Amino acid sequence: MRWQTDPLLQVEHLTMRFGGLVAIDDLSFTAGRGDITALIGPNGAGKTTVFNCITGFYKPTEGRLAFARTGIAAPAGVDALTNTGARFAYEPSGDIYLLERMPDFEISAQARVARTFQNIRLFAGMTVLENLVVAQHNPLMQASGWTVMGLLGIGGYARRESEAVDKAKSWLDSIGLLERADDPAGDLPYGDQRRLEIIRAMCTDPVLLCLDEPAAGLNPRETAMLNELLLTIRDEHNTSLLLIEHDMAVVMQISDHVVVIDYGVKISDGTPEFVRNDPKVIAAYLGVSDEEVEQVESEIGADGGAR
Amino acid sequence: MSAAVSEQKDDQAAGRMAKALRESAFAGLVTAGLSFPILALRAEPDIRNQLQLQPRWSWLVTAVLLVASARFLALMLDTVRARALAAAGLLLCAFGFGSAWFSPLATASLIGGTILAGLICIGAGFFVDRSHIRKSGPGLLARFAASPAGQTLTSSGAWVGIGMLVAFPLVMLGWLGPAGSLKWINNYGVQILIFVMLGWGLNIVVGLAGLLDLGYVAFYAVGAYSYALLATTFGLSFWICLPLAGILAAFWGIMLGFPVLRLRGDYLALVTLAFGEIIYLVLINWVDLTNGEAGISSIPRVTFFGVTFYDEKGGFSDLFGLPYSPIYRTIFLFYLILFLALLTNFATLRLRRLPIGRAWEALREDEIACRSLGINTVNTKLTAFALGAMFGGFAGSFFAVRQGFVSPNSFTFIESATILSIVVLGGMGSQIGVALAAVVMIGGTELLRELDFLKQLFGQGFDPTQYRMLIFGLAMVVMMIFRPRGFISTRSPSIFLKERKAVSSEFVGQGSG
Repeated sequence: MRWQTDPLLQVEHLTMRFGGLVAIDDLSFTAGRGDITALIGPNGAGKTTVFNCITGFYKPTEGRLAFARTGIAAPAGVDALTNTGARFAYEPSGDIYLLERMPDFEISAQARVARTFQNIRLFAGMTVLENLVVAQHNPLMQASGWTVMGLLGIGGYARRESEAVDKAKSWLDSIGLLERADDPAGDLPYGDQRRLEIIRAMCTDPVLLCLDEPAAGLNPRETAMLNELLLTIRDEHNTSLLLIEHDMAVVMQISDHVVVIDYGVKISDGTPEFVRNDPKVIAAYLGVSDEEVEQVESEIGADGGAR
Repeated sequence: MSAAVSEQKDDQAAGRMAKALRESAFAGLVTAGLSFPILALRAEPDIRNQLQLQPRWSWLVTAVLLVASARFLALMLDTVRARALAAAGLLLCAFGFGSAWFSPLATASLIGGTILAGLICIGAGFFVDRSHIRKSGPGLLARFAASPAGQTLTSSGAWVGIGMLVAFPLVMLGWLGPAGSLKWINNYGVQILIFVMLGWGLNIVVGLAGLLDLGYVAFYAVGAYSYALLATTFGLSFWICLPLAGILAAFWGIMLGFPVLRLRGDYLALVTLAFGEIIYLVLINWVDLTNGEAGISSIPRVTFFGVTFYDEKGGFSDLFGLPYSPIYRTIFLFYLILFLALLTNFATLRLRRLPIGRAWEALREDEIACRSLGINTVNTKLTAFALGAMFGGFAGSFFAVRQGFVSPNSFTFIESATILSIVVLGGMGSQIGVALAAVVMIGGTELLRELDFLKQLFGQGFDPTQYRMLIFGLAMVVMMIFRPRGFISTRSPSIFLKERKAVSSEFVGQGSG
C-alpha cells in the first residue's frame, strides 16, 4: 500500500469549523505518491472543504497537512518542522511543506499542488492558448525579469515564451483541442472545458493534482476520455491525483485508493474493492440508520460473497 | 385566395398603423406630463423683481410633436438604417419649422428647403425599410476588418495615424498661420492627447485588471503638484521631475492599493472615490505646502532642452531666426504629450504580452482561478495600481508644465468621471477604442464652441457649451443602449497559434473588483 509506505500528503486531525458548524471533524488520511486517491462521500459530507483546506483557500481550524514534495517525509522531520513555525523544510530525506501554513498561491507555486473547481473556472474571455500560458505565470515572470527586462526586450523572455507555447501545444494535442487553441475558452463545449481546466492545472507542473468532481455533467463517452487523461497524467507525468467524485464508474475504474467521508468524519479508507464492500459506506450512501447497520452488514456480506 | 391574402396583409398594416398611432399618442402624453413644468412655464422677474409665470405653449407643443412623431416612425420602421434616416429627416423638419417660428432672419427658401429635405429623408427611410432584404452574418465593415487585407490595413493604419499626428501641428501652422492654428493645436491637439494618455493609463487598472477606480484624478494631481513643488522649491528641470512625479504617483497608487486589496465592486469604487476626494481636500487645506485654493503659480515653463520659449535673446525664436510667437511652445508641448502618450501606449501593448499583463486580464476574468494557478494576486493588483498611477503622474506633470499654474480645482471628481467614461466608452481594454473615445468626448466638447450658427436660430443669448453635460449625458445613454461594451467591444488575444481571432464581448469579463 503506497499510501502507507510512501505518503505524499498526510492529512492529520484536520478540523474545520464555520462558526458553530463543524464541517470536518478530526479527519486523518494519507494520499500515496503515484496513486489516484478518490475522496468520496454523500452530498454535504465536507469533501470540497477538505480540498479548500489542502489548497489553501480555507485556513483549517485545527490539524496538520504535511506534504512531502520529494523524497519521503520522516515523521521526526515533520514534527521538527512543525515546532519551528516555518512553512517548509528541505530535509536530506525530502522537501516537506506544511500546507496549512501557506497562502493559496504559494501552495500552487512552491509546494506544487494544483487544483480544479467544481464549477469550472476558466478565463472565459481569454483564448484556450492564453489560459495555458497564464498557468505558466511564475516561470515566465522569472524569465521576463519580473517584467523589467521583458519590457525593455532584453533577456531570454521570447525564447521562454515559445517554450511555454510548445508545452501548451503538446497538452492541447493530447486532449485533441489543438485546433481550437485560438478560440475563447468560454466558447468550448462543456466536456472540453472540464478537460481544458485539468490540463491548465497540469501546466503548472504539479506534484499533486486535486480535481473537484471532474466527471460532473459529462456523458459516458466524455467520461471515458477523462479516465484516459487521468491515467496518462498519473503514469506519464509523475503526478499523483486526489479527486472528489460522485461518478462511481470513474472512482472504481481508475482509483488506487478510496477515502470515504460523511458528515466530516472518515468512515472508510482502503482499496476500491474494500470500500465497495464496506457496510458503513453502503449505509452512508443508502441512508440506513445506525440501528440497522448490523442488519445491512449481514445482507451485504451475503451479497459480497455472491459477487 | 390571393385576394384573401392581400386583405389579411391590409388588415395587418392597418393594425400596425393603429398600434403605432396609439403608442405615439401615449409617448406624446408622457412627454407633455414630464416636460410641462420645464418647457411650458417660464418664471421671469418683472419690474418689481417679482417672479411672473410666462406660458410657452409653443415649446411644449414642439416637444410633444417631436417625441410623438419619433415614436411613430420608430414603430413603423424595422431597420436601423431606415430609423436613422427618419430621425435625420425629423430633425431637419424640426429645424425648418423652428427657424420659421423663432428666427427673425430665416428666409422662406431656407425654411421650405429644410422641411422638404426632411420629408424626403423620412420618405427615403420608408423606402429603405420596405426594400430591405434581411441579411444574416456580420456587417460589411466587420467582414472587411477580419479579412487579411483588412488586418494589414489596420496594422499599417496605426502608423498612418501616428504619422498624421506628427504632421498635424505643422500642417495647421502652414494652413492657418501662427495665430489661427494656436487654438487647434492647443485646444484640440494637446487637450485631447492629455486625455488620451490619462485614458490609456486608467485602462491598465480598469480595462485590463478590472479594478474600478473612481479616483484616478488623484494621481494626476500628485503628478502635477510633484512637478510644481519640485520645480519651484528646488529648481529641478522638467526632465528630472517627470520620472520623479511618476514614481511619487506610483507610490500613492500602491498606498491606495493596499487598503482596497480585499474590496470588490461597489466597495472598491467607493473607496477609490473617497481617495480622490481626500487628495483634493488635502490640496485645499494643507496651505503651507500647496498654498491651498490659490494654487501654485509661476511654475517654470517648458523649455526646448534648456532653450526657453520667451521673446528674449537666446530664446527659441531668436536661436532659430524665427519671428517670435507663442505657437512654438505649444507645438513643442504637442510633441511632448504625443511622445508621452505613445510611450504609455507602447508600454501597455508590451505589458499585455508579458506575464504580468496576462495575469491582469486573468485577474479580471477570475481571481480565484488565478490564485489556484500560483499567481500572487496582491502583487498583481498593486502593480496595476502603481503602473496606472505612474502614467497618471506623468500626465499630471505635463499638465503643470503646460499651464504654469496648478490649483486643486483642476482635480475634481468630474475629471475622474471624464477619464473613466473615456475608458468605458472606448471599450474596456481596447487602446484604439480609448483614443477614439477621448477624441469624441474632449474634441466634441471643444467643437460645441464652434457651433456659432446655432445663435442665428436660438438668438444671441444661446451658448451651446452650456449644454455640454446634457449632450454628454444623452450621448452616454445612447451609447449604453446601442454599444454597451464601448466602441471596440471585442478583445484582441495577446498570443495566438494560427490566427488572431477577436474574442467576442459576451465571453470577456468586466472584473468584479
